[in-house]
Amino acid sequence: MKILIPTPLRQYSNKQSAVELKAATVGEALSGLVTQHPDLRRQLYTEEGKLRAFVNVYLNDEDVRYLQKEATRVRDSDTIAIVPSIAGGRA
Amino acid sequence: MLKIYKSAYEFIRRHGEQTYPHECCGVLLGQMNGDGRVVTSAVPCGNTRTDSPQNRYHIDPKELVRIQREGRERNQDILGFYHSHPDHPACWSSTDLAEAHWFGCSYVITSVEKGKAVLTNSFLLDGTGEDDKHLDEEPIQIAL
Repeated sequence: MKILIPTPLRQYSNKQSAVELKAATVGEALSGLVTQHPDLRRQLYTEEGKLRAFVNVYLNDEDVRYLQKEATRVRDSDTIAIVPSIAGGRA
Repeated sequence: MLKIYKSAYEFIRRHGEQTYPHECCGVLLGQMNGDGRVVTSAVPCGNTRTDSPQNRYHIDPKELVRIQREGRERNQDILGFYHSHPDHPACWSSTDLAEAHWFGCSYVITSVEKGKAVLTNSFLLDGTGEDDKHLDEEPIQIAL
């Protein structure tokens, strides 16, 4: 399966825009990703090992928060997109 | 420096005028090459902060997933984001900084006063993580 790396995180993935790996669940896939690219761990996870609140993870077109979160099962043909949130405002 | 096609530059300013007195928001697509970062198109997004659109914006991550995918098909990357400040300076706020997480990307802000776009500024998010991030003003060069 493929994990798409957003622009701001490519400096931690040897400039790769996508990483291919084998995994059974979303959690395994992300764990495999940070094992391959350890500098990504701090960007994606808190010190307590939880995904940072502003990190959205999509399995194909579905937010995994509304599936089984990191226990969501994945297939070889699936794509995971990591999407940091975008927000702000004048006040 | 952020280079931006004139059509994209004018588009984001117009978008701010169209959504006034609410904040507009969208994505900046383009390429990083020997010329640096060049924004070739701006994609408008919906503002999900319908509870406070006059001073807040939020882009649905599902839109970003779609825009990112469509951009890849056209060999375009997400280079940054834009939004407007109705009747407020084109300068980042503490909220803008707190909610900024796309390091190396530009955050473009347009002040819209009484419905007319005034100033458009760009700020590059730099730092190594949430603890030391900062937004640095960068010049905008409009490419014809």
